[in-house]
Amino acid sequence: MDKSKDVQTMTDTVARFIKYFGKVLPDDVQSKLQELSEAETSPMAKLTYETMFKNQELARELDRPSCQDTGVIQFFARVGTKFPLIDELSGIFEKAVLSATEMAPLRHNSVQTFDEYNTGTNVGYRTPSIDFEIVPNSDELDVDIYMAGGGCTLPGKAMVLMPGAGYEGVTKFVLDQMTSYGLNACPPLLVGVGVATSVETAAMLSKKALMRKIGSRNPNPKAAMMEEELERGINAIGLGPQGFSGENSVMGVHIENAARHPSTIGVAVNTGCWSHRRGNIIFHSDLSYTITSHKEAVL
Amino acid sequence: MKKILTTPVSDEDLKDIHAGDVIYLNGHIVTCRDVAHRRLIEYGRELPVDVRGGAIFHAGPIVRKVDEDKYEMVSVGPTTSMRMEKFEKDFIEQTGVKIIVGKGGMGEDTVEGCVKHKAIHCVFPAGNAVLAATEVEEIERAEWMDLGMPETLWLCRIKEFGPLVVSIDTHGENLFEKNKVIFNKKKDEQYEQIIEKVKFIK
Ligand code: SF4
Repeated sequence: MDKSKDVQTMTDTVARFIKYFGKVLPDDVQSKLQELSEAETSPMAKLTYETMFKNQELARELDRPSCQDTGVIQFFARVGTKFPLIDELSGIFEKAVLSATEMAPLRHNSVQTFDEYNTGTNVGYRTPSIDFEIVPNSDELDVDIYMAGGGCTLPGKAMVLMPGAGYEGVTKFVLDQMTSYGLNACPPLLVGVGVATSVETAAMLSKKALMRKIGSRNPNPKAAMMEEELERGINAIGLGPQGFSGENSVMGVHIENAARHPSTIGVAVNTGCWSHRRGNIIFHSDLSYTITSHKEAVL
Repeated sequence: MKKILTTPVSDEDLKDIHAGDVIYLNGHIVTCRDVAHRRLIEYGRELPVDVRGGAIFHAGPIVRKVDEDKYEMVSVGPTTSMRMEKFEKDFIEQTGVKIIVGKGGMGEDTVEGCVKHKAIHCVFPAGNAVLAATEVEEIERAEWMDLGMPETLWLCRIKEFGPLVVSIDTHGENLFEKNKVIFNKKKDEQYEQIIEKVKFIK
């Protein structure tokens, strides 16, 4: 096997996939937006949804990124220990971002901290962000790729509650973010909540919750019930598309959890905007791939 | 029926427009954001584009150079208007701008400026940058290019630019502030309902 050729092929595939999902929303987001638009009654809300659909059509037709903020690119990879390019993966992801930045083109969204200059490539110190989970005895790579826009990143927040605050405190924490920052994050939102011990464990889970398919539920029945309750409750607030007010507020609420220290409840919230640009692609050991997020995708 | 305004607009044109209305715009709009506001208000420099009766857009676009001195709008979306709150009242007073387009609501001072000088603030639904770009017929001029692509004043000729949701009208009505009160009230009600069901720590 010619490794450098394989690396090149895979880099190209990932770059083309990034470009693709920068203009075409994933299937679950598309159908959820459709469903939410049909529930609206006010002309203002209806028109906002129509505008979104028209924009997505134009983006496809004119081959341009659908929103000008193409975000910071983030990778959440579950990689099999026997995946042939496991050693090259970080480099592949980085080069794919470089290439997609030119090809799409993506906006330049990587500012080096402290030195405070834009690299102009979307690659900077520890950016794109890459998270690896190791899967023993697998020869596949299953990766979620996400464009984290500025507007929808802004509502992110994490804190550690005392156990006395309970899940009631978690509820308040999430709801408060919705009516303050959520409003400007381009609703309808996808809301990710992490419940764990500390800020970083909760925060990472809250972001991974946004990678889940809309409509999926936490396997724990109580957590699933809380997802439904929060979803119902936030929808009842009626932020509507763009915060103009309407029948609903969110595309969904996803909770991811981990066991906690008896003395703390770490909680975090992360939001995705209506233009929730994420893709899932699975590479097999022969580097053939399956795109699960966009059924019709042709790269 | 689409409500379409054409720049320059008069006080009369804006009289019957209310927060929550949807309008479209013909004529011209110029992109104008953080540094341009600062230059005018803090450094007293004159805006190189006359916006009396006209429209400004809080936006940082992606623009493509097609020829010597000729540019094409690739993608343009609104940016958070609140960042300009500090300057907008004075900006309205000094420039005579009538329509301010951006994202999200604006505050008390802008409302005051809008009432006093008969101007409005509108929201272009964000995330729709391709649609907005196709409603720009031509970039006629570019000023203050030393500010870089996002901050340059791009003077655009526009056709049925919108939808624009009116967030502040000339009567002092503020859509987002009004909504916020309602949202917060509903949030408190929902909180009371949800906590009854999530008492997992017994
Ligand atoms: S929040 Fe999302 S849709 Fe809105 S401007 Fe940012 S990236 Fe675009």
